[in-house]
Amino acid sequence: MNKMNAGGWKPGTPVSSDNEGEYPTVTGNRALKLEERLIFELGTRDTCGVDLPEPDTNASNRLGKFARQQPIDLPGLSEPETVRHYTRLSRQNYAIDLGLFPLGSCTMKHNPRLNEKVARMPGFADVHPLQPVDTIKGALGVIDELSHWLIELTGMSAVAMSPKAGAHGELCGILCIRAALEARGDARKVVLVPESAHGTNPATAAFAGYEVEDIPADKDGRVDLEALKARLGPDVAGVMITNPNTCGLFERDMKAISDAVHAAGGLVYCDGANFNAIMGRVRPGDLGVDAMHINLHKTFSTPHGGGGPGSGPVVLSEALAPYAPLPFIVKDGETGEIHLVEEENVGDEFPGSFGRMTAFHGQMGMFTRALTYILSHGADGLRQASGDAVLNANYILRSLDDVLDAPFGEAGHCMHEALFSDEGFADGMSTLDVAKGLIDEGFHPMTMYFPLVVHGAMLVEPTETESKATLDQFVMAMRSLAERAQAGDETLKTAPHHAPRARLDEAQAARKPVLAWQGSEES
Amino acid sequence: MRYLPLTDPDRAAMLEKIGAASVDALFADVPAEHYLDGPVAGLPLAASEMAVEKHMRRLSKKNLAAADAAFFCGAGAYRHHVPATVDHIIQRGEFLTAYTPYQPEIAQGTLQMLFEFQTQVARLYGCAVANASMYDGSTACWEAIVMAARLTKRRGVLISGGLHPHYVSVAQTMARFTDEDITYQLPTLEADPGDDALIARIGDDTSCVVVQYPDILGRIPDLQRIADAAHEKGALLIVANTEPVALGALEAPGNLGADIVVGEGQAIGVGLQFGGPYLGLFAITNPKHVRQMPGRLCGETVDADGKRGFVLTLSTREQHIRREKATSNICTNSGLCALAFSVHMTLLGEKGLTALAVENHRLACLAADRLDKVPGVRVLNDTFFNEFTLVLGKEARPLVRKLAEHGVLAGVALGRLFPQGEGLDDGLLVTVTETVTEDDIETLAKSLEEALS
Repeated sequence: MNKMNAGGWKPGTPVSSDNEGEYPTVTGNRALKLEERLIFELGTRDTCGVDLPEPDTNASNRLGKFARQQPIDLPGLSEPETVRHYTRLSRQNYAIDLGLFPLGSCTMKHNPRLNEKVARMPGFADVHPLQPVDTIKGALGVIDELSHWLIELTGMSAVAMSPKAGAHGELCGILCIRAALEARGDARKVVLVPESAHGTNPATAAFAGYEVEDIPADKDGRVDLEALKARLGPDVAGVMITNPNTCGLFERDMKAISDAVHAAGGLVYCDGANFNAIMGRVRPGDLGVDAMHINLHKTFSTPHGGGGPGSGPVVLSEALAPYAPLPFIVKDGETGEIHLVEEENVGDEFPGSFGRMTAFHGQMGMFTRALTYILSHGADGLRQASGDAVLNANYILRSLDDVLDAPFGEAGHCMHEALFSDEGFADGMSTLDVAKGLIDEGFHPMTMYFPLVVHGAMLVEPTETESKATLDQFVMAMRSLAERAQAGDETLKTAPHHAPRARLDEAQAARKPVLAWQGSEES
Repeated sequence: MRYLPLTDPDRAAMLEKIGAASVDALFADVPAEHYLDGPVAGLPLAASEMAVEKHMRRLSKKNLAAADAAFFCGAGAYRHHVPATVDHIIQRGEFLTAYTPYQPEIAQGTLQMLFEFQTQVARLYGCAVANASMYDGSTACWEAIVMAARLTKRRGVLISGGLHPHYVSVAQTMARFTDEDITYQLPTLEADPGDDALIARIGDDTSCVVVQYPDILGRIPDLQRIADAAHEKGALLIVANTEPVALGALEAPGNLGADIVVGEGQAIGVGLQFGGPYLGLFAITNPKHVRQMPGRLCGETVDADGKRGFVLTLSTREQHIRREKATSNICTNSGLCALAFSVHMTLLGEKGLTALAVENHRLACLAADRLDKVPGVRVLNDTFFNEFTLVLGKEARPLVRKLAEHGVLAGVALGRLFPQGEGLDDGLLVTVTETVTEDDIETLAKSLEEALS
């Protein structure tokens, strides 16, 4: 560790022997592994990569007394420097284009490039959200076609398209539930969430003003139906259930759960994050679900982009359809004409709508991509995709369950993801070490320490877009890592050894947060 | 199916390893009465790349693209020239197809970019800290309101009439389900942005005052005055900005007393895309408030070899750790749009952003002077950046629809934004960016003249 500089060695400065192992270089570069400085260390305020007219400083203006007095202090780079900067940065990223990205619950599947091409057609990319309706018939057509697919695939009645991502969709669904309950004069206080739920579920219910209570799991990792029934009552607004659940198991009792919740006057929210497993094989609407968000950026292949944008349309049952947020579209059954319903024309026809969740119409750029993906697959291809996703996950489960503990391996086949625990690892060896070892083997790690109900959880979701050859490579790497973890191989504790960075000091980052560039201490 | 690598022999070998008779057998946990034994009925089957592209192109042609019109729409979504470099970089698979950077050793590209982005946004806004982006401006604005409530322990939210009505609607929607108590009055068609009236309504329970800068009618409110008045009553000032290019010409909100600055970053790098995905920006002036901030944060640290690196940090605020006690339920952000913004901003730099702002303002002044000469048309604004309101003396909505038939997207009728707004129907919000030519301005002037005569 370089004790001389609390900020660490910075690209662009000479490497000291403290930072380098064998065969040091003075730049810190290693041939094609190129280090890159920050734009604030590279650029200047006078550099510009765009040609613009020279400003006339004597021109009159209409800015009143609010013209900028203080510099912004933003560096610029020329175009070649910009391209090089970001190209170098890009090479420090792992991505689905480079290899298997088996993050459980995240559904990192191939992102078809046709989707990108379509989204960039001028009629989609260069259209303003507030253009007159007659000039955006194609956009409404995309929303209508995608809506139709989502409704048919889920067996529901309606869909709210505007939510910006999964958690936003959850919020939309829970707000619909609350609006429906309030409309019948039956305000309730509690939302039940299984222990295995993704963190957004309890956060969403709390954000919508509900008290959150856990529902226990049974020994197979599924919702304990009897415990759930026992808790239901006039204060329970509903349940939020992920199906397939975060242990990778289908909730066999889903219909019974829905029936029990409905009988007690509540409503059922299903987290659709794992819809990829059942797409085209079972319809949540047939299982009594009232609302479910669909992550277009998971199931329907729109790119994750390093953390977004997502898109989280919410399909709704007949009971909740009247409460969809603005804006939405309505198709005239006779003429086939598509109407956009927003503040201007919502009128008295849709009294239940609770207003907007976002400006404009939602993630149109994701709708075009998702529809392109869906049309490419067709109903038959989507069904085959879910089948292959489940097949790939089970292949991994059964290729590793002799060397890793699979807590629910005895419970039957898994769905789209295989769950393992850290049982049997040598003292001091952890799931984190295995994950970091995977990085050295050229794979992105699986989801770690989630779900919380399994100790040292490792949740592997391969998706359907991986070949058997890739899975076999991954299995080979995992078997080797499992053996090393069980044998207490200390070199795993310091992995990764071959990544652009070694393990990062997250404690220091949180203790003394440096969240913006402050200038270099050398200068 | 071209996206599925498994072959039938692969499937057979894998099923044998698993010990299952068929793929359908893997779904044994699905009750038989609910399991579909074939593709969902009534939906089309798989299609070739060529066929899908053709279908989608046909749909896209039913829209009037901005490039094919004389284009003057804004109101929270702006059309600027985006350099070709931006789209090239965001299509690099290492950025496009990466996940949230939870494994920092192999995500330094995304993380360093986010750190640079946070710094760019903080500087643009005159703030100390910016987060790694949110869904869009409207949701960022609501998150700021909730953050202000956490900080002040008050519930009164005073929203200026100049705030984008969609942002107001999002706040009103959310407030129906929380304890926030919103005070809001529609704007009036006056040149004065109404700072005095707003200040007069700040009360002892006011948690925050929310002001848009420039506002929805294009006017520029006096932030410093409002900030001073708010702070005197113990309230915070939230400033929303929908057009970041304006901040190349206008003083940064953080330098004028704002406590939280939020905005829509779409104008830089992202493009129109019919309203999404866009880019929520969120920044604060007091770094002590950082633990109450929503959204992801990227921070600098060192790795085990003593090299500088970046990680997502302060995640104890977030839902995956705090569950129902999190500062926000948000999980996904707008990473790829943040990259587009950051690349475009890097190409511009201070020099380019300033020149771009000056050019927008020059053209907007030119347009305002020309349109003011059209009989029956009056420019409302004393102050504006690249967007101003025309008062037409008749309802703007039908006129906008009529002009669109002739390839002129004249702007956004205030009647569309404020259907309940009395006296706003005659207002037309006109936006002039560097993509507008002097010929376009002349076309708009002539079309208005014809339509109004």
